[in-house]
Amino acid sequence: MTIMTKQHVVTFVAKQGILIAFVLFMVGFAIANQRFIAMDNILGVVRSSAIIGVMALGVTFVVIGGNLDLSVGSMMSFSTIVVLDLHDKVGPAMAIPIMFALTLLLGAFIGFLVGYLKLNSLIVTLGMLSAIHGLTLTWSGGQNMDIADKSGTWFSFFGQDRLLGIPVPILVFGLLAVVLSLLLSKTAFGRQVYAVGGNGQAATFSGIPRARIVFLTYLVSSFCVATAGLLQASRSLGSQNTVGQGLELTVLAAVILGGASLLGGSGTVFKTVIGVLILGFIQNGLLLVGLDFYVQYMVTWAIIILAVWLDVAAKRGRLWSPIA
Amino acid sequence: MTDPKPVLRLRDIVKTFPGVRALDGVSFDVRAGEVHALMGENGAGKSTLMKVLGGVLAPNEGQIFIGEDPVVMTSPKQAKAMGVMFIHQELSLADELSVAENIFLGELPLKSFGRVDWDKLYADTDRILETLNVGFDAKTRVGDLSIANQQMVEIGRALTVDPRAVIFDEPTASLTDAEKVVLFNVIADLQARGVGIIYISHRMEEIFKITDRISVLRDGQYSGTLNTAETNEDEVTQLMIGRSLDLSRNASHHQMGNVALEVRGLSCGRLFEDVSFDVRQGEVLGFYGLVGAGRTEIAETIFGLRTPSAGQILLNGQEVQITSPIDAIKLGISLVPEDRKDQGLVLGMNCKDNMSLPQVGRLTKGPFVSQGAEIAIFDKYRDKLDIRTPGWRQAVGNLSGGNQQKIVIGKWLSMQPEVLIVDEPTRGIDVGSKSEIHNLIRDLAAQGFAVIVISSEMPEVLHVSDRIVAMFAGRVMREFTSEEVTEDNLIQAISGIKEQGPAGHAAASHGIGQDKALT
Ligand SMILES: Nc1ncnc2c1ncn2[C@@H]1O[C@H](COP(=O)(O)OP(=O)(O)OP(=O)(O)O)[C@@H](O)[C@H]1O
Ligand SMILES: [Mg+2]
Repeated sequence: MTIMTKQHVVTFVAKQGILIAFVLFMVGFAIANQRFIAMDNILGVVRSSAIIGVMALGVTFVVIGGNLDLSVGSMMSFSTIVVLDLHDKVGPAMAIPIMFALTLLLGAFIGFLVGYLKLNSLIVTLGMLSAIHGLTLTWSGGQNMDIADKSGTWFSFFGQDRLLGIPVPILVFGLLAVVLSLLLSKTAFGRQVYAVGGNGQAATFSGIPRARIVFLTYLVSSFCVATAGLLQASRSLGSQNTVGQGLELTVLAAVILGGASLLGGSGTVFKTVIGVLILGFIQNGLLLVGLDFYVQYMVTWAIIILAVWLDVAAKRGRLWSPIA
Repeated sequence: MTDPKPVLRLRDIVKTFPGVRALDGVSFDVRAGEVHALMGENGAGKSTLMKVLGGVLAPNEGQIFIGEDPVVMTSPKQAKAMGVMFIHQELSLADELSVAENIFLGELPLKSFGRVDWDKLYADTDRILETLNVGFDAKTRVGDLSIANQQMVEIGRALTVDPRAVIFDEPTASLTDAEKVVLFNVIADLQARGVGIIYISHRMEEIFKITDRISVLRDGQYSGTLNTAETNEDEVTQLMIGRSLDLSRNASHHQMGNVALEVRGLSCGRLFEDVSFDVRQGEVLGFYGLVGAGRTEIAETIFGLRTPSAGQILLNGQEVQITSPIDAIKLGISLVPEDRKDQGLVLGMNCKDNMSLPQVGRLTKGPFVSQGAEIAIFDKYRDKLDIRTPGWRQAVGNLSGGNQQKIVIGKWLSMQPEVLIVDEPTRGIDVGSKSEIHNLIRDLAAQGFAVIVISSEMPEVLHVSDRIVAMFAGRVMREFTSEEVTEDNLIQAISGIKEQGPAGHAAASHGIGQDKALT
């Protein structure tokens, strides 16, 4: 809760807590390996963060609304498999809208359970994580999905091409971030999301349709997942059923690292983008430094904890304190 | 220094928050066995000063002495260990835990291997509850208690140790008269044991009844100490706000229009039964009764938060179906709810956003919310209600209690409702602003709004209402016009005693005009 209460002047300092940590990591890695700050490496990191990033944008809405979404990884596998399968059956121009529609339907279903039936979002989305995985396997028959003619399709545009010299996934991530940032910070809907997550009862007393707002946050989230699935499918043009497995936690980590509170009511799209980038650069840095893949997992989490701690410390003005 | 033995002293305390100098060199002391009132307008710094003393906030400058020893308070726990007990303005209880666990939170009695000694815990708690004279026991879940009873639990916390000083921050804001009597007995008891009491309240009657000295803060600065026996309300008010209050205002008699809201035979389970009344445009209808009489529940039903089991609601003569606050708001009904923290505000949101929340969907320019329109609303009501905040960006949770209440009032006034229902509108509001809000309610009525005021403060109800509905145990006992109501027959009606005759009986010498002067 402290994240929102000392807003503005202090959030400014607090934001810098994360940024300072970020800069420290960057400088450290850059000293350890020159390649780290090369332009092509930086673009590469942002590009490979785009898929996680797009999903994190949607989860930001859900978390600010006071709920969780642990189904995004499994849902992304679903979108990827579906669009790849339909690509050869109905052609890319039809495959994409159908995939979006089906993914939004899944989001709507979760939104209905959490928003209108008021079921606990942790339970619902954890359940959906495996249910959707089952759905994906049923769809694919357990097989990997590949596009037959990999070189002759314009479908690869989203994941592989460049526009004005910038990789398309980065453009998609950037554009979506801007649009969703406006939606969250400038529209009535965005305001209502904060209110519902910040104090649901007060939101009800203010005439805000709580159930509908929660429902809509899951729609936003599933739209982002569909977009991520598109980027993923287009980049690889073939996929396993488990392509998104485990991403839900990485996504959540990015959102929290950006400073959204798990209690709801706080966070911004901009901060989530920062969280995504920090995570991306940490992993890339560790790779370049030559750390063993398995050690990376542990180090990544240690660094996340460190960053969050610095953030809280900056807010309090000291490293450790029992009182404000 | 007439008394050589202050139990604690605060010297030159400075506390700043971003953009706010909440305390600017305040000194203050409490003697053994005295009740020392701390007064000041909303946002003057009272709670902040006490949080510094109670180890909740660290001061930027200044010193605290307990007895003769300088101390540095680093945590509430340490303050407690030094005998400074703090009963907070905002309740801070764990709803899911029992009364006993809440009272002894952090210091549960233990047996070997760290097991909780439940027998001792419940026995100790029951002993405390006995002195508080409450109707619930140690095992009750705190979430099931009314706000007033939760307040009593909070008070119970201060009685677990032998304190040197106890701080009460607006303890009576949600207590009934009977509960107040119990509280005052507890205070007298502590006083007799030589404990120093710091008592914060906006209610003059209480201050003059139980305190020995009154210290006043103004805009974060110390503005003086008076001996209660040698001063009067006017002098205290002068010290607080730099001017006297004109309380002689009479109910402005203006034309009343048509019936705006009519309720016929409304029932909601056992909460209230067969309630009928109406309010006209231009009228203020008061609802008076004990806590639990069903007044809040009636308001919530009209506002679409509860589903009635029988009865009708009519607006301007038309029957309406209200199934949610959304419907109610569309029909031009506003409700200032009883509990600002849980129902009125999103504490992490800024002042402007909180105020415009119910109408944010309307304040749009193209797809976006018009910040200009929001700021205009905020500025208007900040001026009208004298809300003290460094600016609209401030999170509401950082405002003083009274200023938070004003944000809620502004939020619902800004809806320009046809029917305005206010539930305990002046809880925690200082004397100056209170009379401002009373005037505002009268003015709204004069402009043709229909207003329902629910209050547990008799002077308030008597002061603002054109008519008063007295309730007892979910039923309307009687309706009074301002001519026939007296303190006595009102008290009778809300205690469930059947009236003995028509309004004009002997006790009428205690008329409403006189009560107004008391407010
Ligand atoms: N955590 C905080 N962050 C920023 N400002 C704060 C914070 N706490 C208090 N303030 C500010 O300090 C000032 C003093 O507040 P305080 O709560 O002490 O007032 P008070 O005298 O207790 O008022 P009331 O009668 O309304 O309870 C106010 O302007 C308030 O907005
Ligand atoms: Mg206060």
